Amino acid sequence: MKSLDASLNDEGSEVEGPLLEIRDLKVTFQTPHGDFDAVRDAHLSIMSGETVAMVGESGSGKSTTALAVIGLLPDNGRVSGGQILLNGEDIAHASERRMIELRGKTIGMVPQDPMSNLNPVWKIGYQVSEALRANGKPARHSDVARVLEEAGLPDPGRCARQYPHQLSGGMRQRVLIAIGLSYPPRLLIADEPTSALDVTVQRQVLDHLEVMTSELGTGTLLITHDLGLAAERASRVVVMYGGRVVESGPSLELLLNPRHPYTQRLVASAPSLSSRRIQTRTRSAFTGEACPRRSRPRRSSGADELLKVENLTKKFKLRSATGRSTPFTAVDNVSFSVGRGTTTAIVGVSGSGKSTIARMVLNLLTPTSGRIVFDGVDTSTLSNRQIFDFRRRMQPIFQNPYGSLDPMYNIYRTIEEPLRTHRIGDRSSREKKVRELLDQVSLPQSSMKRYPNELSGGQRQRVAIARALALDPDVIICDEAVSALDALVQAQVLTLLGQLQSILGLTYVFIAHDLAVVRQIADDVCVMEKGKVVEAGPTDSVFEAPRHDCTTALLNAIPGTGLLPPQVGRSVLTNGVDIAKCSHRPRACRSWK
Amino acid sequence: MTSDHDAQHFVAPREEIPLLPADPLNVEATHRSLWADAWWKLRRRPLFIISSLMILMIIVVVLFPGLFTQTPPNENCHLANSAGPPVPGHPLGFTFQGCDVYSRIIHGTQASVAVGLLSVSGVLVIGVTFGAVSGYYGGWIDAVLARLSDIFFALPLVLGALVVAQLPPVRENKSVWTVALVISLLGWPQMARITRGAVLEVSNAEFVTAAKSLGVSKFGTLARHVLPNCMAPVVVLAPLELGTFIVTEATLSFLGIGLPQSVMSWGQDIAAAQHLVRTDPMILIYPAVALSITVLSFIMLGDALRDAFHPNSRRRSRKR
Amino acid sequence: MIRYLLRRLLQTIPVLIGTTLLVYYMVFALPGDPIAALFRDKQPPQSVIDDLRNQYHLDEPFWIQYGAFLVNLLTLNLGNDFTQQPVASTLARIFPVTAMLAVEALIIQAVFGVTFGLIAGLRRGRVFDSTVLVVSLIVIAIPTFVLGFVFQLVFGVRLGWAKPTVGANADWAALVLPATVLGLASFAYVLRLTRASVIENKKADYVLTASAKGLSGPRLVLTHILRNSMIPVVTYLGANLGSLMGGAVVIEGIFNVPGVGNKLYQAVLRGEGPTVVIIVSVLVLVFVVANLLVDLLYAWLDPRIRYDK
Repeated sequence: MKSLDASLNDEGSEVEGPLLEIRDLKVTFQTPHGDFDAVRDAHLSIMSGETVAMVGESGSGKSTTALAVIGLLPDNGRVSGGQILLNGEDIAHASERRMIELRGKTIGMVPQDPMSNLNPVWKIGYQVSEALRANGKPARHSDVARVLEEAGLPDPGRCARQYPHQLSGGMRQRVLIAIGLSYPPRLLIADEPTSALDVTVQRQVLDHLEVMTSELGTGTLLITHDLGLAAERASRVVVMYGGRVVESGPSLELLLNPRHPYTQRLVASAPSLSSRRIQTRTRSAFTGEACPRRSRPRRSSGADELLKVENLTKKFKLRSATGRSTPFTAVDNVSFSVGRGTTTAIVGVSGSGKSTIARMVLNLLTPTSGRIVFDGVDTSTLSNRQIFDFRRRMQPIFQNPYGSLDPMYNIYRTIEEPLRTHRIGDRSSREKKVRELLDQVSLPQSSMKRYPNELSGGQRQRVAIARALALDPDVIICDEAVSALDALVQAQVLTLLGQLQSILGLTYVFIAHDLAVVRQIADDVCVMEKGKVVEAGPTDSVFEAPRHDCTTALLNAIPGTGLLPPQVGRSVLTNGVDIAKCSHRPRACRSWK
Repeated sequence: MTSDHDAQHFVAPREEIPLLPADPLNVEATHRSLWADAWWKLRRRPLFIISSLMILMIIVVVLFPGLFTQTPPNENCHLANSAGPPVPGHPLGFTFQGCDVYSRIIHGTQASVAVGLLSVSGVLVIGVTFGAVSGYYGGWIDAVLARLSDIFFALPLVLGALVVAQLPPVRENKSVWTVALVISLLGWPQMARITRGAVLEVSNAEFVTAAKSLGVSKFGTLARHVLPNCMAPVVVLAPLELGTFIVTEATLSFLGIGLPQSVMSWGQDIAAAQHLVRTDPMILIYPAVALSITVLSFIMLGDALRDAFHPNSRRRSRKR
Repeated sequence: MIRYLLRRLLQTIPVLIGTTLLVYYMVFALPGDPIAALFRDKQPPQSVIDDLRNQYHLDEPFWIQYGAFLVNLLTLNLGNDFTQQPVASTLARIFPVTAMLAVEALIIQAVFGVTFGLIAGLRRGRVFDSTVLVVSLIVIAIPTFVLGFVFQLVFGVRLGWAKPTVGANADWAALVLPATVLGLASFAYVLRLTRASVIENKKADYVLTASAKGLSGPRLVLTHILRNSMIPVVTYLGANLGSLMGGAVVIEGIFNVPGVGNKLYQAVLRGEGPTVVIIVSVLVLVFVVANLLVDLLYAWLDPRIRYDK
């Protein structure tokens, strides 16, 4: 009520005011379980030409706020309180006709997922031209080409004649940016515009978006889950939590001086902002520095190399839709070794072959050539019986927390399955072991009877870790094990992995695309590009003095790099390296993953 | 005022927004497997309740026809009653042969439902096996089975049945079993395709790879992880196919190549009444209504199951 | 596109061979004298038996028999029926009638099914939607031959809107009633399928993006929702041609349409085995070719199929 009065009083002075102002916004969803407020008392303002970032974890209400602004809330959602002032006009309850007028010309949007936001059955050119036509702009071929060219698409004429599935994710996102900015709108809502893209492409796309909006003087509402990215791209940051704004202010101020406990937590756990390894116990010995807490010296003898990969190569035959098969080398002559009790990270953009290595090391895929030596034994020489025993010693954790647990198995059965498969113990001892494992991964024992669909992503990954630990393995292969998690949860799981390593002396092979995460957990790093290892070495030296362009590109892709004063072990990285050198896998191999 | 407020460093009062531990476990959630969850949703659906009650009723009619009529369907047929109107004790009148229409409908239920159930069982066995093997093992097995299913798919059910019904072994042993056999042999490709698609999708899931990494055998993974996760589309399709097969049986019997004269069936009664359709249409309509209600209840069940298993079909558009 | 076309053509060959082989095997290669089996208890004239033995090479090994059968089929050398009429010329006379009936039924089910399904999907949960859903369930549950009798009785006999039987002069107008009956069951399926995919596509991300671009009204619905919803519908229509043929057997019998289905029905009633086999083989041929056409239409609708990745 109070705010309503305030806004009425302010009516006269709004003309000079912000482009967008949200006051005490409340969005309510009707669900079968009753009404639910997805957003409460949200407020923010954006001036023309300014970029404001909205940060929060999934479910914090940031996307809902954006949809309320553009008037595209789902059917069961409505603005139940507050105001959305666009140049002083309250559009929170504007008519549909008015909103159709505003959409496009005045409020544009760049959506999150480039894969699903272009209609697969229409050519790119048509989808651009209909946007232009809908907003009363000329839509000749040349206009379409110009719009695409401005978004940085090479060969716009050809691109316009193509269908969305013929373009890469980065190109599609550029098309969406082109469409979103073609009118051009006064206000642009960019909802996680790059989170579906490869890290190195993310930066290119964001750079371009920034250039375009500043040229056009467009005000931008940037929605992201990544605090580092927000701080790097926006002048002000709004932090949302549980549907409310918990803190807002100038970006750097917020990073350096977070006041709300949630923001503090977020700053502390943002991987792109932290630079220290989580567990210091096994800090890299490459530099020669003595590490007092390390249990045993590393690299003193070959025997300590638990896992050794030599000249590993994997070639696939790719069959296109027409049945033509083309050879494709997914992994090309890769060698590395992993010391007992250490973490080796394999890093690269998607398609660089890192997951293929994981599957070969796990003996799920046969290498075309090369050897994998585990504890002194070439794994290709193992008999079926020996492979069965080998599996006890090496376990995987996968990326997708929604796909790595069988939805039909409850947590108890999931964690018990390895024990049952290997006929370990009887029923009661197995149950005892499951309880212990749940304790180890900090899940309550009461969760045993639950099914995966009742758990959050982070909790599922904990269950996956418990399942992997059930057989007391020596090595755990983490294939993008934390990539799909929110920052806070990601930090928790990384910490858990670090703790388990120091208690159980585990060896990790950690596959990731995000160097910021790798920084926190790995002792050694292998950087991969197009199936080849282009750089390898101790984490610190790779981070401090990257020698290959691809490594540099990956390092630069960490958003928020250099925003904070350099801390221990972090150097200010050089910009301006051609990211395109860190190329993506050919489109043809999509079918494999 | 407001622009000030945003330029400054705003912090919400801490007490207003309680900070939960990151990633809390929802203690209030009920422990339900996917099947239990689907069942929980189903029990509340009117469509499911109505169709289940109807099916229950049909089952009672099949098992205990004596509860519904004391009139024997084939005896006491007097041509004097031919196509006669309803009289006390014979609520729906008489057929052309002078038999009781109501009694014949009640006793005809058995054949239709039996053929339907047997055919669906056959289709489930053939279709699920072929589909699972084809999708899971891939390679040449998949190629062979896919072509085989193409071939059977290209033979429309009724047309194929017309040919098969001509065969001496079938023609001379017409019974519920042969009709069901013919329908199963020709009707499996749909089930096989659905199963294959589901198996292909589930086989790529990471929990399947995880099971293999644990040392679970290839077949064990199929049986314990892949197949149980493929059952939803199969369970949805089964009652729909049941309805289709009951119609197919009626069509074949109507054409005179389905069940033998000795077995009472709705299709035959409809065929027998067709020349009376202009004078006494109700003799044709009554068994047709019985047939349609039976088919309807199974289709409704399939529909209800589809809604329960399809996560977003019933819930209104989800919160974004 | 050419590549896709070639691939589909190549895939059709094993299906054609397999299907005809299957039909042929069932009739001629199972134990017992096929001639005796085909004619049941009837005693055909000796000339007919001799013709058949000759035509089907019954004294030769199975593969030669089948090869000859396939060649005969593809060259439309279909032999004579019981009345010594060449089957091929009979088919040439009656096939257009059935084709007309099928096309009319197809148009009825596609036009009405898609229109009603689109409206129901856009107005999900409203009165229209609920009514249409209930009616479509009931329509699906009533077998085609029952619908045939009911329509014949109500519209043909009682109301007199159309002739209850078609007879010799089958033209588009005369076929409206049987075509409606034939199309009705599939109409309900098309309606439900369209409705389901409209509901799904309405929630698709690209529709939200299109709205954000400023698109609205019929333009949004037609270009983004309906267009994408047609892909599964077309697939269904192709696969459904088979049951349309099965339905034609029954419907042409009931409405006395002088078409292939009626001929088949008569042949079944009279126990003319060879004619049944021949006609079914021809229909399968038509079905396979029609499905090939549908696949091409499908590829035209969905560029993801058309272009190699």
